[in-house]
Amino acid sequence: MPEIPTDAIEGLAPQRARLAAFLKRLIANRSVALGGGLVLFVIALALLAPWVTPYNPLESSFRERLLPPSAAHLFGTDHFGRDVLTRVIYGGRLSLEIGFLVVLATGVFGTLIGGCAGYFRSLDNPAMRLMDAWMSFPAILLAIAVSATLGSSVTNVVIALSLATIPHTARIVRASVLVVREMEYVEAARALGARDTRILFVHVLLNSTAPLIVRLTYVFAIAILAEAVLSFIGVGPPPPAPSFGNIIANGRDFMVEAPWVTIFPGVAIFVVVLGLNLLGDGLRDVLDPRMRI
Amino acid sequence: MTMGGVVTDGEDALLRVDGLSTVIGNVRRPQTILEDVSFAVAPGEVLGVVGESGSGKSMLALTLMNLLPRPIRRTAGRIALGGTDLTGLSDRAWRDYRGRDMAMIFQEPMTSLNPVMRIGRQIMEVLVRRRGMSGRAAEQEAIRLLERVEISSPRERIRAYPHELSGGMRQRAMIAIALAANARLLIADEPTTALDVTIQAQILDLLRQLQAEMGMALILITHDLGVVAEMAHRVMVLYAGRVAELAPVEDTFYQPRHPYTRALLDSIPSVEARRERLATIEGSVPVAGAMPPGCRFAPRCPLAREACTQAPPPVMPVGDGHGVACIAPFGYELPEGVARRGAA
Repeated sequence: MPEIPTDAIEGLAPQRARLAAFLKRLIANRSVALGGGLVLFVIALALLAPWVTPYNPLESSFRERLLPPSAAHLFGTDHFGRDVLTRVIYGGRLSLEIGFLVVLATGVFGTLIGGCAGYFRSLDNPAMRLMDAWMSFPAILLAIAVSATLGSSVTNVVIALSLATIPHTARIVRASVLVVREMEYVEAARALGARDTRILFVHVLLNSTAPLIVRLTYVFAIAILAEAVLSFIGVGPPPPAPSFGNIIANGRDFMVEAPWVTIFPGVAIFVVVLGLNLLGDGLRDVLDPRMRI
Repeated sequence: MTMGGVVTDGEDALLRVDGLSTVIGNVRRPQTILEDVSFAVAPGEVLGVVGESGSGKSMLALTLMNLLPRPIRRTAGRIALGGTDLTGLSDRAWRDYRGRDMAMIFQEPMTSLNPVMRIGRQIMEVLVRRRGMSGRAAEQEAIRLLERVEISSPRERIRAYPHELSGGMRQRAMIAIALAANARLLIADEPTTALDVTIQAQILDLLRQLQAEMGMALILITHDLGVVAEMAHRVMVLYAGRVAELAPVEDTFYQPRHPYTRALLDSIPSVEARRERLATIEGSVPVAGAMPPGCRFAPRCPLAREACTQAPPPVMPVGDGHGVACIAPFGYELPEGVARRGAA
C-alpha cells in the first residue's frame, strides 16, 4: 500500500497562513493597495466622523457664511456658515451608507435572478429578456424616474439605484453560473443525490463569486456617483442631512463667489470613486485565475 | 429482451438492466446512443464495461444514475435495483437512490471536487444529508473514511481544499465520498484514466480491497483492457451502443467469441511478439445517426456476410454465463488468424 511521506503535508498550510498568503497577494497588486487604501481611509473617516470633525454638520452660523478656506475652516464654510470639511466627512457617511445598501440589494437580487436564470434553463430566456428590456432604459433616467415617483428619502434612493444596477449584475452572475453548472463537481454532487437548490447555492454560486465581487465594487462607485446626480437635481436624500451630492447641490448657487463649497465634495467623490475603481480593477486581476502565474 | 443464462441469475442480482435504450435528438428523428442493453450485477461483483470512445460507456453510467443531460433520454428498458424498478419512479424518488444506494466516481479527480469547499466538509455533507449524522459524528466518520482510503494524516486533511491535494489523493477523497454514501452499487467511470500509472495501480488496489470488504457491486467503466483483466469478474464489451459480448473475465480474454472482442484483444501490444506496427481495427465506430442497419460492427468485420447487414443480432448464449451478439459462432467457425487482419 502506498506510503505518503509526512512531509507531503507541508503544503497544507493552517488557515491563518492561508489567509495571510491571500492578503499578501492582494496587497502585492498595486491597484488593490492604492484603491483599497483610499477606500479604507474614507470609510474610517466616515465611521469616526463625530470624533474627527471640528464642528457640527448642521449647526449654522450667520456670521461665518461663505468663508474661504482658512486654518479654522480648512474647506471654508457654506451659505449657512456650516463648516464644509465637517459636512463632507458626514456626507461621506450617508453616501457610503447608500452605496453599501445598494451593493447589498443589488448583490442579493442580482445573484438570485442571475443564479436562477443560469441554473434553471427554462427560466433563462424569460428572465434574461426581462433584464434586457429593463436595461434598455438608461440607468440614470430609471433611477431619476423611480426616485421622483417614490419621493425623496434615503430608502427610496437606495431602491432607485438598486433597480438601476440589478439587471447588469444579474447578467454577470448568470454568465458565470452558466460556466460553473457544467463543472464535473456539480455532476458529482448530483450523483450523490443533492437537490437543485442545494447545488445552486452551495456548489454553483459559491464558485461564481469572483466576477460578482468585482462588479459590486463598481456598483458601489456607480451608486455614490449616481447619488450625487440625484441630489444635484433634487431627488436625492432630503436636506439638511449632508451627502456628497447634497453639499454640491447646496453650493451650486454660489459657485462663482464660493467655489470651495462645491469643489471639496467634488474632490471627495473623485477620491472615493477612484479608490473603488482601482480596487475593482485590482480585484479583477487578482481573482481572475488566468492572471495567476 | 431476456437472455436466460447469459445474465447472472435474476434473483440474486443487485442491479438488473433489461432492454435499455437511450437516444439523443428530437422525437421524430431520434439517434441511438444505447440500444437494447441488458445485464445484471450481483452484490460483491465487479462488472467491467469496455469499449472504444463513443461506444456509450459513460452514457450507460449516466443512464443508470438518471443523470442524462437534456437532449439525451432513456426511451425503453428496465433498471431494477434490489428488486425495485427505478424507471417507474419519479425523478425525485430516483434522486433518493443516488448517494444512498448508488454512488459514482468520475474520471477527472481534478475537477470532480468542489474547489471552494474543504475535503472534510464534502464528505460530511453526504454523511449529514444522506445518513442523518450529527456534525460531530460526521467529522469523526469523515476522518475514519479518509483513513480507510489510505490518506495520511486524515485529521489535518479534512481541512484541506482540493487544490492542496494531489490527483491520486483527490481520487481517494472521491472514493471516500462514495463510501460515505454507503452505496451498494458503485459506478466508476474511468476512475484511473487521468492518473499516472503507479497511482493508477494504487487506486485500483484500493477500490478492489474496499469493494471486497464492503460487498459492494462495482461497475467499472474503462477502455483499458489491462484494468479489466485485473479487476473484473465479468466483462461487458460495448460497441456503438450495443452489447457485443458479455462473459466471465477468463472467457473474455481466452475464448472471445465476438470478432470485435478479438480485434480489441489483438490490438493490445504484446511483449513477446515484435511487430513493426501496432495492430489496429480499420475504420471507426459509427456515430449516432449513421448506424449501419444490421450488426453495428459489420462494416469493419472481417467475417461480415449478407445476413449481418439485415438486423443487429441479439446477445445469444454460447457458454456458461457467456453471451455474444454475433451469428458467426453459431454458423461457421472463424478461420484462423482472420481477426488479425489489421496486423499486417
